[in-house]
Amino acid sequence: MTYSFELPLLVLLILTAGGAIVVKDLLSSVLILGSYSFFLALVWAWLGAVDVAFVEAVVGAGLATVFFVLTLFGIDPRDTLIRRTPPPIAAVVGLPLLGLLLLYAANDLAAFGDPGSPASTHLSPFYLENSLADTQTPNVVTAVLMDYRALDTLMETVVIYTAGIACWLLLRRNTT
Amino acid sequence: MIESRHDSVIVRYMSGMLIPLVQIFALYILFFGQYGPGGGFVGGVMLGTSLILGILVFGPTDPLTMVTKRIAEADGVGLIIFAAVGGLCLIGGGQFLNYAELEIPGLAAPSRRYLGILLTQIGVAVDIAVTAVSIVFSLSVMSGNGDSRG
Repeated sequence: MTYSFELPLLVLLILTAGGAIVVKDLLSSVLILGSYSFFLALVWAWLGAVDVAFVEAVVGAGLATVFFVLTLFGIDPRDTLIRRTPPPIAAVVGLPLLGLLLLYAANDLAAFGDPGSPASTHLSPFYLENSLADTQTPNVVTAVLMDYRALDTLMETVVIYTAGIACWLLLRRNTT
Repeated sequence: MIESRHDSVIVRYMSGMLIPLVQIFALYILFFGQYGPGGGFVGGVMLGTSLILGILVFGPTDPLTMVTKRIAEADGVGLIIFAAVGGLCLIGGGQFLNYAELEIPGLAAPSRRYLGILLTQIGVAVDIAVTAVSIVFSLSVMSGNGDSRG
C-alpha cells in the first residue's frame, strides 16, 4: 500500500480540524470547517467511496457552510468572537488517553480492503452478485440505498423534512 | 442578509451563468445515479444549492427568488412522491416499496424496478432541494429580525 497521497491529506485534515478549534473568530472557524470537509471528501474519493465523497463535498463543504454563515449573519457580531477559558486538567490528561485507547482499539479492525474480513465474505458478495439482476441498476450503492434499504431511505427523507419544518416553526414564529 | 441584491455586477453576471450550469449538472447527477456515483441525495442538494445561490445574489425582489419562495412553500412534495411509489406497490399487490409490483400498467417487472428506483430518487431530490431552500428562508427571516433590533 502506498502512502503518497494519504499522509499529506491526513496532515491537512488534522491541521484544518485543529485550526477550526483554535481560531478566534466563528466565521473563520466555519470557513476552515468547510475546507476540512473538502479534504475529507478527497480522502473518501481516494479510498474509493466516490458516493460518500460526493455527499461530503456537497453537504459538508457547501450546504452546511451556507447554513452556518447565514446563522452567523443573524446573530450579534459580538457573539461571534470566542472567549475561551483554559481547559480543565481532566480534559487535558483524559482526552489524549482516550485517543490512545481508540488507536489501540483500531488495531483490531480489519485492514482496508481485506478480502477475509466478515463484511467482504458475507454481505458484499451477495449485493455485488445479485443487485444487477434484482434491481436492474448497475450502481450497487444506489441499488442498496433505493431498493434493498428503501424504507431506511424513506425515513431519512422524513428526517430531513422534519428538519425543514422544525426550522420553519422555530425561526418564523414572529412573521405572518 | 438578503435584503437587497449583490452589489457587484461581476458576481451577478457570473452567478447568472453558473446557476443553470449547476442545475444541469445536478440533473445529470440525479438521473445518472443508477449508473455511477451520485443519486437523489446529492442531486437534490446541488439543485437546492443553485437556488440558494440565486437567492443570495439576486435578492428578494428578483423573479427567480419569487419562484423559489413559492417552491419553498411546497415542502413535503418529495416525501409524498416517495411514499406514493410505496403506496402504488401496495396497490399492485406487493409489499410496501417492493418495486416489482409497482402498479403502472404495460410494464414488465424489470422496467418497474428500474422506474421505482428512478421515481424514489426524484422524490428524495425534490424533498432535499425544497428543504434546503426552506431552511435558508427561515434563517434569513432570523437575520432580518437581528438587523431590525440593531
